[in-house]
Amino acid sequence: MSSFLDLLSLPFMIRAMTAAVFTGLAAPAIGTYLVQKRLALMGDGIGHVAVTGVALGLLTGTSPTWTAVAVAIAGAVVIEIIREQGHANGDVALALLFYGGIAGGLLITGLAGQSASTLQQYLFGSITALSDRDVWVTMALAAFVVLVCVGFGPQLFAVAQDQEFAKVAGLNVRFYNLLVAVLAAVTVTVAMRTVGLLLVSALMVVPVATAQQVTRSFRTTLALAMLLGTAASLGGLITAASQENLQPGPTIVLVALAGFVLTWPVGVVLRRRHRLLQPFAELDPISHEVTDEHPHVHGDDCGHIAVQHGDHVDYVHDGHRHATHGSHYDEH
Amino acid sequence: MLAVENGTVAIAGRPILRAVSLTVRSGEFVALMGANGSGKSTLVRAMTGLRPLSRGSVRLFDTPLAEFREWGRIGFVPQRAGATSGVPASVWEIVASGRLTRRRWLHPLLRSDRAAIRAALDVVGLADLAHEGVTTLSGGQQQRVLIARALAGEPEMFFLDEPTAGVDLPNQQALAEALGVLKDRGATVVLVAHELGPLAPLVDRAIVMRDGRVAYDGLPLADHEVHGPLFGDSHTHHHAQPEQHPHAPHVVSPIDAITDREGRR
Repeated sequence: MSSFLDLLSLPFMIRAMTAAVFTGLAAPAIGTYLVQKRLALMGDGIGHVAVTGVALGLLTGTSPTWTAVAVAIAGAVVIEIIREQGHANGDVALALLFYGGIAGGLLITGLAGQSASTLQQYLFGSITALSDRDVWVTMALAAFVVLVCVGFGPQLFAVAQDQEFAKVAGLNVRFYNLLVAVLAAVTVTVAMRTVGLLLVSALMVVPVATAQQVTRSFRTTLALAMLLGTAASLGGLITAASQENLQPGPTIVLVALAGFVLTWPVGVVLRRRHRLLQPFAELDPISHEVTDEHPHVHGDDCGHIAVQHGDHVDYVHDGHRHATHGSHYDEH
Repeated sequence: MLAVENGTVAIAGRPILRAVSLTVRSGEFVALMGANGSGKSTLVRAMTGLRPLSRGSVRLFDTPLAEFREWGRIGFVPQRAGATSGVPASVWEIVASGRLTRRRWLHPLLRSDRAAIRAALDVVGLADLAHEGVTTLSGGQQQRVLIARALAGEPEMFFLDEPTAGVDLPNQQALAEALGVLKDRGATVVLVAHELGPLAPLVDRAIVMRDGRVAYDGLPLADHEVHGPLFGDSHTHHHAQPEQHPHAPHVVSPIDAITDREGRR
């Protein structure tokens, strides 16, 4: 155990954990807006396009991170333009872009004389091989993403919720849509080193899907998704570090998915409960109808669901609604 | 308040509105009526700047639309499609987004903002449901949420696009009550409606559109008169017409964007 703690205090692990925390915060923050706009797979698309960016970096000998940022932003803007031009089958156009991105990346990597294994650390993450500088870049970009997502929350929410209303409210809808696209691109490149380009989208979407199971408002969804994202990326990293042969990237994603699988039934139960407890319409019963012989006494803990009905409660009892009336129960 | 001069709108080359001229005075409650495809929704979208005019002009509060910046003076209630999205949102949050016309960047909700949001919810009678998820509400209640959202910005002029479409009678009555409150406060209302129903007593003036032109402008009409022979198609039901596309390529290049009937992309 102590050797495990020693491992966690090694400089490369501290760098990895810092990057995990910041990525875990930023990815679900922008992911919430993408899910709200029903663009859950946009992160995946940008990830594919960014492969070309990484390859360009390898070819030209510059930092793959920055070429990936540039190409990812360009790809995100193109995706946003295709989306804005809008068509039910815009997804086909997006698919063309995605495969172009990944094929171009593989081709250029070959041209650069690099093996596929070089590319692999970007495709599947290499969080334990980060330099100090990588960590600083990750922290700065992630902090930027989180600050914009939270600071401009009301505007981004309004635009994602209802574009036409937002436009008539005087918001520059195109600017905010592009802002979300650019933030998504930046997040993809930030998370590239943590979970890898092919798994980026998971960290953007899965915590949001998990949070949605138990939330009813946008703000709590956003906050909870960020919390879950951080927990998943830190938890996944530490789990991977504690075992041999576990890669951090996939472990992080599987931890996040495990969170969803565990929360899903909770969400089902909560939604069912909420539906059962919806008040009945405030209509008076058609006639005064007394229940048959009724030995059971309804009360707070009687085991029947009590639903508000106007100024009293009805107890749901085998498909009937029983309301207390003097010493007997009425059918309502 | 509002003046449309020679307003012409063409969508994908087809003229939808043709040389429409009208003015709406302060405090008027105007119902824009007409059959499907008569251009009534397009007219409202042109008035709010959602649909650019190919010819003519719109002036809001004596300012040409292109230079109009006081969006806080306008409240827009779109057709109900936009009430749900991929992430849960509470009634309060949706209504609060109507306050953005009056909020500054990066400022939290002030006390006056909260008061306006609460007042808006009270007018539409949904204060009790403020913290419910909007998707758990009925269609009529969702429509009232959208009205509250427009109200939260405390505008002087309201545009409502078919607020009663697909809403049951009790909810239409609740809607009429909310609009009655606005009218008593002196708000100007432009409302697109197929049938007025419980809203009829509120209307001061009816404008009936027919085939992209104003066919009638005057005292309110009863619902059945709107569809008389002068006004064209008497078929009053709303059918969503799915846009048909050819099967083959299915990929649209950015330059040939396809627009639907109302010109929405």
